[in-house]
Amino acid sequence: MTSSSSSKKQAQDQPETSEPTLKSLKTKMTKSDEKKKLKDIEISVPIVYGNVAFWLGKKASEYQSHKWAVYVRGATNEDISVVVKKVVFQLHSSFNNPTRVIEEPPFEVSESGWGEFEIAMTLHFHSDVCDKPLSLYHHLKLYPEDESGPLTMKKPVVVESYDEIVFPDPSESFLARVQNHLALTFPRLPSGYNLPAPMQVDDTGKKKRGDTKDHSLGQWFTSFSEADELLQLAAARQQVQAHIAKLRRQISVLEGQNQTIKTGSDL
Amino acid sequence: MGGTDAKDILGLPKTPLSLSLTQEKKSRPQKESHRKPDGISREVYALTGGVAPLMPSIDVTQLKRRPPADEKVAWQWLPFTSSARKDALQLYHWVRVVNNVPPTGDYSFAKYNKSVVILKYTDEEYENHLTDPVWTKEETDQLFEFCQNFDLRFVVIADRFPVSRTVEELKDRYYSVNRALLRARAQSPADVANHPLMKEPYDITRDRERKRALSMVLSQSRHQEKKDAEILAEAKRITEMRLAARRAEEPVVSANENAGLDKADGVVPGSSVSPSSNSQLPATAVAPSTLTMADYASTLASLRMLHVYLRTYGLEQMVQAASSAVGLRTIKRVEQTLQDLGVNLKPKVPTKTVCDEHLELRKEILTLLNLQKQLQYKESEGSSHREGSFAAMPDTPKDRVFASDPFSFGAERPIKKEQKRKGPGRQADTPSPAHKRPRKMKASDL
Repeated sequence: MTSSSSSKKQAQDQPETSEPTLKSLKTKMTKSDEKKKLKDIEISVPIVYGNVAFWLGKKASEYQSHKWAVYVRGATNEDISVVVKKVVFQLHSSFNNPTRVIEEPPFEVSESGWGEFEIAMTLHFHSDVCDKPLSLYHHLKLYPEDESGPLTMKKPVVVESYDEIVFPDPSESFLARVQNHLALTFPRLPSGYNLPAPMQVDDTGKKKRGDTKDHSLGQWFTSFSEADELLQLAAARQQVQAHIAKLRRQISVLEGQNQTIKTGSDL
Repeated sequence: MGGTDAKDILGLPKTPLSLSLTQEKKSRPQKESHRKPDGISREVYALTGGVAPLMPSIDVTQLKRRPPADEKVAWQWLPFTSSARKDALQLYHWVRVVNNVPPTGDYSFAKYNKSVVILKYTDEEYENHLTDPVWTKEETDQLFEFCQNFDLRFVVIADRFPVSRTVEELKDRYYSVNRALLRARAQSPADVANHPLMKEPYDITRDRERKRALSMVLSQSRHQEKKDAEILAEAKRITEMRLAARRAEEPVVSANENAGLDKADGVVPGSSVSPSSNSQLPATAVAPSTLTMADYASTLASLRMLHVYLRTYGLEQMVQAASSAVGLRTIKRVEQTLQDLGVNLKPKVPTKTVCDEHLELRKEILTLLNLQKQLQYKESEGSSHREGSFAAMPDTPKDRVFASDPFSFGAERPIKKEQKRKGPGRQADTPSPAHKRPRKMKASDL
């Protein structure tokens, strides 16, 4: 059963390299078909991580000039705690308790300080999702790019990065649990592949909402859209392809010319 | 600690000034190793690394201990006997006497007098079980006597044996006699089955082989050692490569790879004026792309092994796989082209579609650069036929194909831009400038 073998792989920490090679030695036709099915299934969670920093202006002191928050959120502000169990933020060692463990959404740390440094955010996932944690790195930015301009208390400095967490071979239990969740892109399952219905969790009102749609800093969040980039890429590809075609034509013309010259010079 | 000593000598402040600027003075954890134990000097303690060993080898408290003052110690020359001796020989030695009471007990080294238990067989047993075509009874008896005397030191026994026999032969005889005796004396076969002699019987051929191999290894010259090490490293690399190639789960690709490799080998670089060169050039363009197919497959496989990764990381790996077969110059040219086209080198919004498109674009740019190179060589070939002595190369590199104007997407048609560039497609009869660069084609440039 392909589903059981994929969940078995999920449970093991060390993937067995001998297993795939053995499989490839067996009947290639059926195995490659099965592998195709598994290969195409991946779950991706679009996230945005970064910081928002406010200058404290009049209230700024030498050691606390800015108030900032570093965070990881869903790219569409959906609740990523369906996948993420906890996030460990590693701050600069000069901070009190530099290792901050945030076990509930929103996954963020707010602090005040004066320095810019690299923050490591390690995402730990639920056990049915993935055993290995994933690390993100973000350079905390407090001062605006334009160094000459005056600092203002009204607009914060915001630096956010978009990325996607990819789970290349999700287990069946994971798939079943998260189908229809808005925080991630669910793959199209091959026909005939049936998932059990997810367990209904009664969390109305009991748990805090984990999404960041109404976040206090929400007005500063960047909204990332792939449309612009896609357009850019499509246009670029078009140009390159046209140029390629032109070059190919020129080459074949030259080849023809070279041939005639050669046959001519043999006289 | 050594650190403060050095700072003292140099006249530096012991606590760094910057500490006062940090937000929070962290409390330094009190480590126990800071306090050196008494009994040994500080420098000696620092030699051990300044940390107490896990298992203290010396009992530090004993080091400076002086004997208790109430004891009166004298040394006397006294006789002693040892239980290890069978005779009643009395020898003398110095004894530490405390408070006029001589020490009691056996000679302290008597307990080390251990010997091996050698089985003794009766003549009857010999007749029934132990006869051997090669060994006489006298020889066997003598062997056992020697074993008893010399505690199974076969090298010594072999040396003293009247009939010259090798160590292996002696061992073989001794152990087989023992085994036969054990089997004969045992109540049931199961009783002896756990005896070490029965579980792992002495095998004379294996022993001989082992000793031969050992002597060979010992007598190897340094040169041979180095060669052996090299060969082993090579073998390890080859097996690892094979494993990596097998992990790329595409059986079809390996066939392509072989074909591509063969073709790449067959191409002879250099502008040889032969009809076959035309057919070979397209092959070189094809070969790199089939090689990278295997790279992509193995990169995908290794990404899957991770179970979780960031898409930007995945894209990076795929781009690296694509660039693995090309030189650094080409990579730079690809990046320059991307910039000229107005595309981010690393996508700002790396969704799956964006990353796939980005990768495809890079591949197409590689193809484009390939074709440009091909065109250049074709042209130089063409002009060499005409001009004879020195061949022509189009003057400026065609790298900055898109450099003339920054492209705005959608609006302008690309065809218009071509007229501004120095076009590669020249007429055959225009004179071409002399070339300065060598014409040898390098596969790494593609």
